[in-house]
Amino acid sequence: MKRKHKRLTFVLVAFLLLGGAAALVLNAFEENIVFFMSPSDVAAGKVSDDRRFRLGGLVEEGSVDKTAGETVSFRVTDMSETVSVSYTGILPDLFREGQGVVCEGRLTGGVFVADEVLAKHDENYMPPEVADALKKSGKWKEGGY
Amino acid sequence: MIAEIGHFALVLALMVACVQGVVPLLGAHRGHAPWMSFANQSALVQFVLVAISFGCLTHAYVTSDFSLVNVVQNSHSTKPMIYKISGVWGNHEGSMLLWVLILAIFGAAVAMFGKYLPPALKARALAIQALIAVGFYLFILLTSNPFQRMFPPAENGQDLNPLLQDPGLAIHPPMLYLGYVGFSMAFSFAIAALIEGRVDAAWARWVRPWTLTAWCFLTGGIALGSWWAYYELGWGGFWFWDPVENASFMPWLIGTALLHSCVVVEKRDTMKAWTIFLAILAFSFSLLGTFLVRSGVLTSVHAFATDPERGVFILVLLLIVVGGSFALYAWRAPQLKSTGLFQPISREGALLLNNLLMGTAAGVVLLGTLYPLFIDAVSDGEDKISVGAPFFNAVFIPLMTPMVAAMAIGPLLAWKRGDLLRALRTLWLGMALALAAGIATWVWQSGSSPWGIVGVGIGSWLAIGTLIEVAERIQLFRQPFRQSLRRLINLPRANWGMTLAHFGLALAVFGITGAGAWNVERVQSMRPGDSVVVAGYEFRFDGAEEKQGPNYLMTEGRFTVTKDGNPVTVLMPEKRIYTVRQMPTTEAGIHTLLSGDLYAVIGDANADGSYVTRIYFNPLVVWMWIGAMTMMAGGVMSLSDRRFRIGAPKRSSVPAGTQPAE
Repeated sequence: MKRKHKRLTFVLVAFLLLGGAAALVLNAFEENIVFFMSPSDVAAGKVSDDRRFRLGGLVEEGSVDKTAGETVSFRVTDMSETVSVSYTGILPDLFREGQGVVCEGRLTGGVFVADEVLAKHDENYMPPEVADALKKSGKWKEGGY
Repeated sequence: MIAEIGHFALVLALMVACVQGVVPLLGAHRGHAPWMSFANQSALVQFVLVAISFGCLTHAYVTSDFSLVNVVQNSHSTKPMIYKISGVWGNHEGSMLLWVLILAIFGAAVAMFGKYLPPALKARALAIQALIAVGFYLFILLTSNPFQRMFPPAENGQDLNPLLQDPGLAIHPPMLYLGYVGFSMAFSFAIAALIEGRVDAAWARWVRPWTLTAWCFLTGGIALGSWWAYYELGWGGFWFWDPVENASFMPWLIGTALLHSCVVVEKRDTMKAWTIFLAILAFSFSLLGTFLVRSGVLTSVHAFATDPERGVFILVLLLIVVGGSFALYAWRAPQLKSTGLFQPISREGALLLNNLLMGTAAGVVLLGTLYPLFIDAVSDGEDKISVGAPFFNAVFIPLMTPMVAAMAIGPLLAWKRGDLLRALRTLWLGMALALAAGIATWVWQSGSSPWGIVGVGIGSWLAIGTLIEVAERIQLFRQPFRQSLRRLINLPRANWGMTLAHFGLALAVFGITGAGAWNVERVQSMRPGDSVVVAGYEFRFDGAEEKQGPNYLMTEGRFTVTKDGNPVTVLMPEKRIYTVRQMPTTEAGIHTLLSGDLYAVIGDANADGSYVTRIYFNPLVVWMWIGAMTMMAGGVMSLSDRRFRIGAPKRSSVPAGTQPAE
């Protein structure tokens, strides 16, 4: 092979790899991207029933119900709308009423069935999405929560 | 008083670094020897000053000096001593001080051990190192001063975040930083080489030990971090493709590529500009990682409270370093001429394939990590998305599978002109066994997860392929056994390093496959005396009791695990409440077997006296850690190769490509 051909081989291999990676990425994006919604978005009907999404807001005071054994139910609010959530499993350590929370799952018959409730590592940390959701509904208190 | 000494030492270090960033560069440009050798002394002085500064902060933590804001926010007088010390870097300000300390350690190490380096290259590299340090000193002094006093002093501290009060996490940040910062050395050498306009085999040989050191620590740091997440968070997994995890993984991918391309420069005198590019990229990714973790721009389960102003500072620093170095690269790199020939099917061809795959993988991880930010920006905050584990698994695994498959073949190809068919013929046994292992897995698990079969298949392929490569090298069965044994002992350490690292990855593939494809999870509420069977093991819940730890209260559950009536172990998962912060944490109860981990987590008590419990069986997960340790051992072994210490320093006037390749 001439030097030029050799270089061409490498360029082709590199393009093949990048093309393959791009195809994989696009395919995976289509299936695996999860949108973030606030309770107001859910109330406005922005989500269809079978689509996976993340729900973020504050855990409404007094809404946590642990009477059903391993399934917990609670409500997530952005102070203008609320959504009922049910979750089976152990809640993260820093899950508390009145605190920010992000849940991932699907809406089934008006109840958000979460298969993941995201924890945080620090009490002072507020997920940026939750902060934004609260700002959007006009209920954000700087330094509060 | 001592805190002020620490603060002042840091200011002095900044001054020294400012001079060190200019004088040796000018000296190297003019060929003025005393100006060049100034870098040696100043690097040592910088190290001493930063060490004093770090020592002062440690002193404040150990003696619980609650007149320092930083100590108040992150310490408490009742905290055990080890966490008082680890608290020094368990917070933003202290961890940045650790960052510069490690930077100074690397600088001093080059000044002391780099006596074979050509003076001009050494002077330039140390000057670049000092310029990086200037950026970080300014960052600490202007935005995150750990020595800030408060008046009146506090009665007591607010304690360290309890999640960080853990032996694994006490040493995780220093190791990770040794990795991150270690790449700064490769970066400085790359920039120095660009200024000189010269990259040759000798250069590659000088850079490789520093890159290897950084790579070893980064491997260890990542493994420790994921081990911590595994037992401390109680979610049963060890890798969540979280932005903070990705931030440490991207430099690792690029660093691995850099290690391999350095070999090509050293042996074949080609791929020079590419290697320089990787060296710049590896450190850029380290800075990006620091930025992502410290700025909090991304939602992360590992995020801690952050401050946007600091994020902007690091972003500017990142732009200067990345922009400046790539501008220099664009200007100077075309001058780097390669002399070596390059055939696609050859050892260097295989190493290039490694580079391309590693680079693509890093690019994909970067895309997935930053995509939410991008969408947020273009939709003006309207659309918020998250890219989670399913995306990364769907992209990363198909990319890594051919990579692992090629890893068994590459070492069997000769330099310059390899014979693919011959290599494959040598590997027939590996192919047969890997196929057999894949089929056995398929039969055993009755087709539930295709990736399980692929994982076991390519894991076995790589493991056996690596062993076959060693057997080839020592001519096992083709020479008397004694002869082969002697060859085995006399193998260069760098070869041992490669073998161990590749074999370690094969082990890790088994661990990842096992835990990813076949883990079993059961969630239920249990009363004392209840039992649940998971993966053939019977977990009996004996009850829970309240206990008192050094600075926490805990509910300790007790599970007796039996298999077919025979006792296996007793698991004691804990739920702790740290009294100062009133913050709960989970300690999983884990029993490790070579076949898999028995893993139990206990939740809060319900009103009726039952507890929610989560029981996992994570098959083969221990091989993940064993694999990571084997890889690290490979790096250390390679680092001890005498070629890096003796015989390397001669910069020949003959182009290296004409020397006989090994």
